[in-house]
Amino acid sequence: MKVLVPVKRVIDYNVKVRVKADGSGVDLANVKMSMNPFDEIAVEEAIRLKEAGQVDEIVAVSIGVKQAQETLRTALAMGADRAILVIAADDVHTDLEPLAVAKILAAVVAEETPGLVLCGKQAIDNDMNATGQMLSALLGWSQATFASEVEIEGDSAKVTREVDGGLQTISAKMPTVITVDLRLNEPRYASLPNIMKAKRKPLDEKTAADYGVDVSPRLEVLKTEEPAVRAAGMIVGSVDELVAKLKDAGAV
Amino acid sequence: MAVLLLAEVNDGVLARDATAKAVTASASLGPVTVLCAGGSASGAADEAAKIAGVTKVLCAEDASLGHRLAESTAALIVSLASDYSHIVAPATTDAKNVLPRVAALLDVMVISDVSDVVDGETFERPIYAGNAIQTVKSSDATKVVSFRTSTFDAASEQAAASIETIGTPANPGLSEWVEDKLAESDRPELTSAGIVVSGGRGVGSEDDFNIIEALADKLGAAVGASRAAVDSGFAPNDWQVGQTGKVVAPDLYIAVGISGAIQHLAGMKDSKIIVAINKDEEAPIFQVADYGLVADLFDAVPELTEKL
Repeated sequence: MKVLVPVKRVIDYNVKVRVKADGSGVDLANVKMSMNPFDEIAVEEAIRLKEAGQVDEIVAVSIGVKQAQETLRTALAMGADRAILVIAADDVHTDLEPLAVAKILAAVVAEETPGLVLCGKQAIDNDMNATGQMLSALLGWSQATFASEVEIEGDSAKVTREVDGGLQTISAKMPTVITVDLRLNEPRYASLPNIMKAKRKPLDEKTAADYGVDVSPRLEVLKTEEPAVRAAGMIVGSVDELVAKLKDAGAV
Repeated sequence: MAVLLLAEVNDGVLARDATAKAVTASASLGPVTVLCAGGSASGAADEAAKIAGVTKVLCAEDASLGHRLAESTAALIVSLASDYSHIVAPATTDAKNVLPRVAALLDVMVISDVSDVVDGETFERPIYAGNAIQTVKSSDATKVVSFRTSTFDAASEQAAASIETIGTPANPGLSEWVEDKLAESDRPELTSAGIVVSGGRGVGSEDDFNIIEALADKLGAAVGASRAAVDSGFAPNDWQVGQTGKVVAPDLYIAVGISGAIQHLAGMKDSKIIVAINKDEEAPIFQVADYGLVADLFDAVPELTEKL
């Protein structure tokens, strides 16, 4: 079985986000960028399925700016077999909407015919939590979101999902789209030899136009602002003082 | 303009708090029709009809709609969509599962986790783990929106609106429910609790989480945890507060042994009063706390439990 793993280039999760003073967005120029952490978990899961003999080939795909090539090289260094870069934007500040990304991915799926798509549950930049569900809808496939455990059993996938209040296990008919949550696995670091080898793995370049997908946004971003800052509080000296303050404030 | 609101229904029971908060968020968008769908949903529909601001309730009962399965629920919503300008829901894991699927089937964008409604097409939502607030205007014919419940108050009660039983489209048969492992607890639900007591990595072990739970029980509070505590196995994932867990905004939030990583702050910084107890006076949690206590939590928390 072939697995397709979409990966997104996002601001590194350790970098402090700076909102541009003119309200036009978040400053991404000269900022460290990395693979979306949830997508790393998806890549790792695909590799584990391959190591378990359930998957023959892992194809990583990224849709965005040309620089997303670095993100794909990371996926290749972790263990993906080949990569597809779909260039759909020139400016690093362009954030393609999940609907447009899902449409391109659906076209890639039509070409590649994978048996499974493994993606991160959300990207840590726009936090939309939508691409996997949208892709599944466009393909008419089953979906299993927020996975913390995945078992492929012939023509179905048994997936344990992180839901409000606990866990749910469902059986999704294959082919399926699985979106992964934090506890599914701990992604490996790419070793230096694998990073070198990744440079020679195939990476195809395409454009959104190759797939005939219109990526123009449906949502116009009017402004991006800093969230309201909480007023500074106080340090209390003892538990007694804390109890007194909370009683004064009517909090307990 | 008219709103179709997908109620949060679990095993036939309405999650009133989350649903009523989404009703409040929808109030300015048009008359609100609530959809209660599930293997059983009539009890939930009776409850939903009594939420102030609801003009009508649609009740769809079918085995295929049970157990939070996205494909059948999305098919049902799409079959109703043409009568509505807005399709909305509280931003629960169920709605986040279903709404993007609905949006893609309608060829529109989903607008997730909306924290404020500017007008019928313009919405505010947090991005970058709450480090920025983005205002977006939708040009789509149907707006598909989930509301971050922590920023809206629950709508009150009214005399029951009318309830209409509706049919269910054919089951797409794409996925099947196997089992639920939901945590049994007498404590209030995390996202609707008035008080939340959370523990972090500083608590040190699963056993020591008892002192967090003892304080919570004294206050009638829900128990939360930081991602670090969950990752370390001290607490179950459904206790996780933060960008990747639950977003809460109680009247009182007590953070114990939590350093205050950005991703945790994103899940609790809208709380009315924040208390931080941490032995590291440099911990970033103190920058958002109304009352900070620099102390060893193993001394301070039992003392606090005793004195409250």
